[in-house]
Amino acid sequence: MASSNVDPIQTRGLSKRYRRVTALSDASIAVPEGRISALIGPNGAGKTTLLRLLAGLARPTGGEVAVLGSHPSQDSAFLADIGFLAQEIPLYRRFTAKDHIGIGAHLNARWDEASVVQRLATLGIPLGQRVGTLSGGQRAQLALALTLAKRPRLLLLDEPVAALDPLARRQFLAHLSEAVAGGGLTVVLSSHLIADLERICDHLILLAASRVQLCGDIDALLAEHQVLVGPAKDTTAIERDHTLVQAVRTARQATLLIRRNGPVIDPAYEASDVGLEELVLGYMGQPAGPTPKHLSAIGEDK
Amino acid sequence: MISFRIDGRSVVPPYLQIVQQVRQALRMGVLQVGDKLPTVREVVAATAVNPNTVLKAYRDLERDGLVEPRAGLGTFVVGRPSGPPPGTHSRLARSLAQWVRSAHEAGLDDESIESLLRITLRAAAEEETA
Repeated sequence: MASSNVDPIQTRGLSKRYRRVTALSDASIAVPEGRISALIGPNGAGKTTLLRLLAGLARPTGGEVAVLGSHPSQDSAFLADIGFLAQEIPLYRRFTAKDHIGIGAHLNARWDEASVVQRLATLGIPLGQRVGTLSGGQRAQLALALTLAKRPRLLLLDEPVAALDPLARRQFLAHLSEAVAGGGLTVVLSSHLIADLERICDHLILLAASRVQLCGDIDALLAEHQVLVGPAKDTTAIERDHTLVQAVRTARQATLLIRRNGPVIDPAYEASDVGLEELVLGYMGQPAGPTPKHLSAIGEDK
Repeated sequence: MISFRIDGRSVVPPYLQIVQQVRQALRMGVLQVGDKLPTVREVVAATAVNPNTVLKAYRDLERDGLVEPRAGLGTFVVGRPSGPPPGTHSRLARSLAQWVRSAHEAGLDDESIESLLRITLRAAAEEETA
């Protein structure tokens, strides 16, 4: 995919305080062009705040932010290149899809009406029916088609699929991925549904407690991390060579999630690769689900 | 034209699943030299995987000399993976099925058969490298 020399999203030390609450603290991220970035974090970690700062809907209280090379604002030249889909899908329930297409044409200088009409026909969404009578999946698809019709270069989606059933979710994400395949579009997508994100995203921004824990290419991040399972002995040596992200200890066994700094050579530990869910949960500070069978079996033998 | 099935629960990464499915289709004769692979757009529309995943898979196949992108036209099959012709697979599958039947009759369960197969494969590999 073509990439310019400047990443569509670049922030440095970006912060947002609301009176006495810090919503986002010292966030430095970069998202390269053509990526679909997963924005993950527990509720209240700052996901919506970050998206609103990137979309120019909120002003930072500290740090720098550049989106598509300029400072986010409510300026129409900036907004023309940004698509933003908020959590509560912004459609007028009493209006039809056709009405919405008309409003879009009126409000946007660049408007690809043919693409929306064609997309809705493919999905079997009637143009003349009130939006309030469409299904949740159909409304989400309509909102995405309308957002894509302005041909944005950056699309920011705040939990767009949370309320959808699995089939509608799959269709929505396929639609999104297809738009990215067309080229020239970068996406940041927040969601709690890691299985969906794992499939469609190739970049990760992980927030916890208002801070960026991880940011980068998903495959590269997964390759940098490992889970070590071994005896519950002193882990000082491991911690000297690597970054210990999370440790789950029982009387006999230690399960360590580490960010590697070179190969792990201690033969006492069995090293295994991590998946996205395990990585994310590790940084959120929770044990990552049930341990695989063969690993827990090792502990029981001793 | 073939379609891909991406299993999100598999330990095999999605791009490798695509590579393996193309190779398998070539071995089974479902895909032949000159056939066109689905476009990246078509694959992502059907599977909702990331476009870069499909590109990566196609680049892998290209590096192995199996497919070739043609500007503006798509990606085409230009070679077959090394290995026996399609018929060999089904012939060996038949004799293996017969062997599995006799193993079941002799009282082996699937787990013992799998472990026997692993041991035999490992022994064969050691023999070949020795």
